[in-house]
Amino acid sequence: MEKIKLTVDIKEEQKKAQEIINKQGRRILVCASTGCLANGALDLIEKFKELGANADILTKEDKMSVIPTGCIGFCEQGCLVVIPDRKLTYVHVKKEDVEEIYDSLKNNTIVERLLYVDPALNSKVVNNEEMNFYAKQTRTAMKNCGLINPESLDEAIAAGAYSALSKVLEENDQEFVISEIEKSGLRGRGGGGFATGKKWRSVYQHRGGKSYVICNGDEGDPGAFMDRSVMEDDPNKLLEGMAIAAFAVGADEGYIYVRAEYPLAIKRLKMAIAAAEERNLLGKNIMGSNFSFHIHIKEGAGAFVCGESSALIASIEGERGMPRPKNIHMAECGLFKRPTLLNNVETFANVPLIITNGSEWFSAMGTEGSKGTKTFALTGEVNNTGLIEVPMNTTLRQIVFDLGGGIRNGKKFKAVQIGGPSGGCLTEEHLDMPMDYDQLKKVGAMVGSGGLVVMNEDTCIVEVARFFMNFTQHESCGKCTPCREGTKQMLAILERIVRGQGKMEDLDTLEELGEVIKEGSLCGLGKSAPNPVLSTLKYFRDEYVAHIKDKKCPAGVCKALKHFEIQEDKCKGCTKCARNCPVGAIEGTIKEPHKINQDKCIKCGACIDNCPFKAIEIK
Amino acid sequence: MVVEAPSSVDTRKLDEIINAYEGKKSYLIAMLQRVQEIYKYLPEEAMIYIGTKVEGISPATVLGVATFYAQFSLEPKGKYEIKVCDGTACHVRGSMPVLEAVKNKIKLTDGKMTTDNGLFSLETVSCLGACSLAPAIVINEKIYPKMTPDAVEIVIDTLLKENM
Repeated sequence: MEKIKLTVDIKEEQKKAQEIINKQGRRILVCASTGCLANGALDLIEKFKELGANADILTKEDKMSVIPTGCIGFCEQGCLVVIPDRKLTYVHVKKEDVEEIYDSLKNNTIVERLLYVDPALNSKVVNNEEMNFYAKQTRTAMKNCGLINPESLDEAIAAGAYSALSKVLEENDQEFVISEIEKSGLRGRGGGGFATGKKWRSVYQHRGGKSYVICNGDEGDPGAFMDRSVMEDDPNKLLEGMAIAAFAVGADEGYIYVRAEYPLAIKRLKMAIAAAEERNLLGKNIMGSNFSFHIHIKEGAGAFVCGESSALIASIEGERGMPRPKNIHMAECGLFKRPTLLNNVETFANVPLIITNGSEWFSAMGTEGSKGTKTFALTGEVNNTGLIEVPMNTTLRQIVFDLGGGIRNGKKFKAVQIGGPSGGCLTEEHLDMPMDYDQLKKVGAMVGSGGLVVMNEDTCIVEVARFFMNFTQHESCGKCTPCREGTKQMLAILERIVRGQGKMEDLDTLEELGEVIKEGSLCGLGKSAPNPVLSTLKYFRDEYVAHIKDKKCPAGVCKALKHFEIQEDKCKGCTKCARNCPVGAIEGTIKEPHKINQDKCIKCGACIDNCPFKAIEIK
Repeated sequence: MVVEAPSSVDTRKLDEIINAYEGKKSYLIAMLQRVQEIYKYLPEEAMIYIGTKVEGISPATVLGVATFYAQFSLEPKGKYEIKVCDGTACHVRGSMPVLEAVKNKIKLTDGKMTTDNGLFSLETVSCLGACSLAPAIVINEKIYPKMTPDAVEIVIDTLLKENM
């Protein structure tokens, strides 16, 4: 292939962008992502600007600039303020603290009270690099998230954006790009784990006419928000990845399908596309080459099934988002019946770095069959909720206990639900297993999009299974009968069990139904809908049995099975519970132990909240 | 609260929306989203109008799409649209008691989505992606983090005061 001389010199652009950043002086980064915004990050930024840390004001000696950034990932501790050159992170920052931080930066002192306290060591962390939450991560897809202003193209360029695209366009060799992706071992990050390079090659083989590149940003798994972070915090990385893919497979038009629940992501992507087109980094004849690529944003309208590739395409075409049979390959006949490449946000975000650093750099991370890093949304009953990115050979124990700082309130670890409504549960016995595609599949779970919901001893597994079944039942599009009707029956059985009306045969019926739904459904939603039930039946069968045989909820969650009792030895007869009971179910005379009338009790918990002696127990 | 009655659907506005998307049927979802932005729901007349005007589809297609996606409402929504997140993270951190508290506070009758005075509508959403703020609720695009039954009552009280 003949090399192409580009009219846009990305190195020159990078230099110019860096000069602009140098003028900002010391950078004060304030996380302005969904989480911290809800905690009042905008007030912090305004206050910093008022004090003089404004990037728009001309340079002076002790110049400082406040930079609104994307998500740093440490959402639990928001609002977050990071000062990179001093390696400082301040947590739980309020507007009232801003002045003190500003002054301390001038005097080179530290505001001790705002430092992060490591829950394991119970000590304050002065240096970012000593923070387990960061130190144990390897950030590639999320490399710039939280370090740059996502609404500034200059910041992205200074951080390296579009240099991989420039390299690709200059080399002008589609085969080279595809083989690099193949060699890297990158697999689809949306859940399926299909080999990305293989997908690219099959679309490339159908080149010639019009073809499309689609990015799946319909992150519908409850409990997952990694893709949102990439779209909101480093949109240019996604756009660049898509452009490289489009060049490789010979497409000139792209769509990003974003769920409507992510308005900020939609806004920032639109801004980024407009800015990049203006500088000729996207659009017509990119950087002066023969390659043109136009990206459109398509907003979803709230349908989980649209995360499934063929349903997503139906939705882009303006129809009901129902999946199509899989015997028609998308590489041949996808969007508007043309060859189509569809990848997930995180998959595209990995592409520029693979091109820049080489496939060997990427394949050196991870395990035999799962290369590179994976982002996870760590949520639930864990100390440090937030977004993390780790090599694919990291174990669950490292994630929950090292990065996550262990279980909240000193409770006991019970399970991790991975992969959302399509995934399964991992228990204590899986703690030392690496989080790779094949290992997880073996134990009936899946990486999925990467949602990790940590559960403690107070979480009822049966209730969680019911929760997921309720979700998939609601989201089933209705096309395939086993999924439409089967999920309904499974849900009815689970609802009966949590009400204490289950029968032992129900467990066999659940397993049988689950297998039929898996077999008889067209798309991933149906094929994986029974997973949460099947995997919990495998690992927590005794909890199901407790609900059915003993009519007890071991975690004390299921209301119908709850049973409130006053412990005679602790009750002082103060009558406070009786006075607070809304249905008059508590009887007894003053200074004598009281009793709960179980027939009247509605299990509201008002007595527990009001008892000064902790005499009331849930059994 | 002023909701334009279905009979007063402004066809000029609808034409503007259709033209903005060059009358392409692949933009049907986007068109309906714009219509819902104006009326806060999809009036029947508007759906019939779009189904007749846009080439290649029928009013039945429009209704089919409108009923498929959770975002679309066929009945008017309240001035304040309350969405209680019931994603996994919110669920395990107690979103259901928050939902109950909202229901009681706004005095919503069972089976209904909007209060009789048209002030509030309530729905659950599967995940807002604000899992670290769990349990979270959204009222007209503003996220309220780490809700409890007590905290949500205070939030609604402030909204009620604004409408005194």
